[in-house]
Amino acid sequence: MKGLRDLFTALAAVILGLLAGAVLMLAIGANPLEGFSYLFRGGLMNIERIGNTLATATTLTLTGLAMAFAFRTGLFSIGAPGQMLMGGLVATVIGLSLHLPKWEMLTVILLAAMIAGSIWGFIPGYLKARFNVHEVVSTIMLNWIAYWTVYYVIPAHFKANLETESARIPDYASLKVPWLTEMFKGSFINLGVFAAIVAAVVISIILNKTVLGYELKAVGFNRTAAEFAGINVPMNMALSLGISGALAGLAGATFYVGYAVNMQIGVMPSQGMDAIAVALLGANSPLGVVLAALFFGVLHSGKGFMNAMTGIPPEIGDTIIAIIIYFAATSVLFTRLFDGLRARFRRGQ
Amino acid sequence: MDYIVEMLSITKRFPGILANDDISIRLRKGEILALLGENGAGKSTLMSILFGLYKADSGTIRLRGKEVHVSNPNVAGELGIGMVHQHFKLVQNFTVTENIVLGLEPIKGLVVDLKSAARRIKELSETYGLNVDPYAKIEDITVGMQQRVEILKMLYRNAEVLIFDEPTGVLTPQEIDDLMAIMRNLIGEGKSILLITHKLKEIKAIADRCTVIRRGKVIGTVDVADTDEAKMAEMMVGRAVSFSVDKAPRESGEVVLDISGLNVLSGRKTQAVKDLSLQVRYGEILGLAGVDGNGQTELVEALTGLRKTQSGTIRLKGVDVTHATVRARILSGMAHIPEDRQRRGLVLDYSMEDNLVLEVYGLPPFSHGGFLDRKAIRAHADKLMEDFDVRAGEGSLAVARSLSGGNQQKAIVGREIDHDPDVLIAVQPTRGLDVGSIEYIHKRLVEQRDRGKAVLLVSLELDEIMDLSDRIAVMSHGSIVGIVDPKSVTEADVGLMMTGVSREIAKKGEDK
Repeated sequence: MKGLRDLFTALAAVILGLLAGAVLMLAIGANPLEGFSYLFRGGLMNIERIGNTLATATTLTLTGLAMAFAFRTGLFSIGAPGQMLMGGLVATVIGLSLHLPKWEMLTVILLAAMIAGSIWGFIPGYLKARFNVHEVVSTIMLNWIAYWTVYYVIPAHFKANLETESARIPDYASLKVPWLTEMFKGSFINLGVFAAIVAAVVISIILNKTVLGYELKAVGFNRTAAEFAGINVPMNMALSLGISGALAGLAGATFYVGYAVNMQIGVMPSQGMDAIAVALLGANSPLGVVLAALFFGVLHSGKGFMNAMTGIPPEIGDTIIAIIIYFAATSVLFTRLFDGLRARFRRGQ
Repeated sequence: MDYIVEMLSITKRFPGILANDDISIRLRKGEILALLGENGAGKSTLMSILFGLYKADSGTIRLRGKEVHVSNPNVAGELGIGMVHQHFKLVQNFTVTENIVLGLEPIKGLVVDLKSAARRIKELSETYGLNVDPYAKIEDITVGMQQRVEILKMLYRNAEVLIFDEPTGVLTPQEIDDLMAIMRNLIGEGKSILLITHKLKEIKAIADRCTVIRRGKVIGTVDVADTDEAKMAEMMVGRAVSFSVDKAPRESGEVVLDISGLNVLSGRKTQAVKDLSLQVRYGEILGLAGVDGNGQTELVEALTGLRKTQSGTIRLKGVDVTHATVRARILSGMAHIPEDRQRRGLVLDYSMEDNLVLEVYGLPPFSHGGFLDRKAIRAHADKLMEDFDVRAGEGSLAVARSLSGGNQQKAIVGREIDHDPDVLIAVQPTRGLDVGSIEYIHKRLVEQRDRGKAVLLVSLELDEIMDLSDRIAVMSHGSIVGIVDPKSVTEADVGLMMTGVSREIAKKGEDK
């Protein structure tokens, strides 16, 4: 029942978001049907574009999972951007410093990125548990600490020609592999897509089948009852943010040494914030997050094409995403509508 | 007959339930009509309709013979209908007068004219024998006084029909007597009262007539003078109910829980428990009596590990557990039926099967190697729900939130007793429940004692304490003021001790 209701809510939010987008397109004198057709074709029209959509969705899936996991424990972490940066920085540093065979290299990079992200998540978790520092405040501060750390470290030690970006990641340290790139006709797709799928499955198992998941969700639903049951609430909160951080760190690796070819400084990765939308639309369930990330992946990779073909500004794509977030955030309206419709349907029978 | 309020053929349907099914009640001018029914019988829904919080699907409300439409509580106020809610709605750091005028402040020029308001409140207070100081701050006065402020709020708004929703739950026995006197004064001055309660004794003591509601339907209306408590209970539950608890005398054994010199701070850093010593023995029910807010909550939280102690020791089966974790205490034989079942006792968004393993999910057979064993968890839930008669639409898969209060409580009681604890700390185990569930839970507590286990019963209901306990410890201002044998004292004696004034009675009833 809950699954069906969440699906209804998500679809309603998406449809209303698209309708609002259509109104905006009409308002600037464009044809919405044409606009949407190019928007979706831009994301799906050929194998290369599908690959790019998947590559975009990879990072969003991982950051979305990070958000959803923290939300399920009742914590509003918005630390994914900083955790992504730290994961990406560590991945870049290792990629440019070590020289190992490709598979060993990738194992080291992914593990190190996850550890870096989880430390960046555990710090606000510890502050929350020990000193009751609100996680929103501490994660925002850590986002900026990560931002300025990258800003300093990359130009100081890992730049090539330009001051604003790192040297190019060598092939043996990149998540891109020739067979996958060729299969998708030269798109940005990389091994991160498998990491995202595995992560979704693992998170789903943790949440639904394990003792750890039972405790984390109990803390999220009702902290005082969890306390009563003898669950160590502070430790669970710190652990939850640590795991959430590991996912975002992994997202950083898939982005900076997978999707991209080097690390830019002075950019707070937008995937970290879009993750809130992904988690909301996906109703904090791993499967929902994967589907929501795919949908946003289509919009992100299609908006440029729409702009090129019709002159509709790509910001319309971002606006649609923003409106969907609003509708997903006010999902209680749809939940009521759904329950009302169901009650009417039952009475009618 | 002169009726002031008539609610005729009221029907109200919520998704899935018919809360009020063609209910009619009539309140005569100048009488006290009690509304009696189990939890979920539909009393609150009916009163919410009268007070304008809900709209009835069909039916009419008449006031002094004229049909009215109560579309919201403001309309109810204008029509002269007032309500004293179970949980008071007062601003703690405002004075009595400020609270009462809130919403219709008398204006004199540009300022609020509190003086004339206070004068009027003083008058009202004298007329009805309320004895309220208009300038006292709410946070400084007792719960009983706060309730009087709520009554004054209605009177200040010229209410003619007063609804009291479970008014005695928070009061001491003495305060209950005072409230009854106040209600008589109100009737004497021509007001009419609707009293919602599940306490039969109070109905018998004060009400003129009693309308009994069961599962959304009116079962009947009786003249209280012509009936007795057993008859009313039977109407309410639909079967005969036994009031007395069958309890064979038995010798208590060794000390199982030994509290000595305990000091505990409250959340507001005041000394809630002061140098308290108490021993609970195997094979006894030790009742802890006291007025709400005298340190019982903090004591229980300290015993169960939810609150830090300042000094003193707690020994469980001879082992010092003063600083042990909650989990460690549970595992060494302590169980806890918490005061607030929805806040502490259950994860409302979890299914019943998940809730029934709330403390033991991590132990075999419910999990192996960190993975939950769903089959074992479900089997456990099915068995407990059957044994403890927990009724839920979807059985063990039902979300805890969807169960009625009585069924939620039975589930908690079942879960805690299932741990086979050496000492069971039961706090207000029957609060807000109907007589059927109360009878059932009392039987289970006595069973626990008969099996040689210890029960520490903390309750604000003196009846419950008197009926169940082998010994009664009376707590006042954070200390035990005396331990008495329930057979050698009266309820009034204990009531007086609860106020902390009399140690003489303690001497009179001191056991051994």
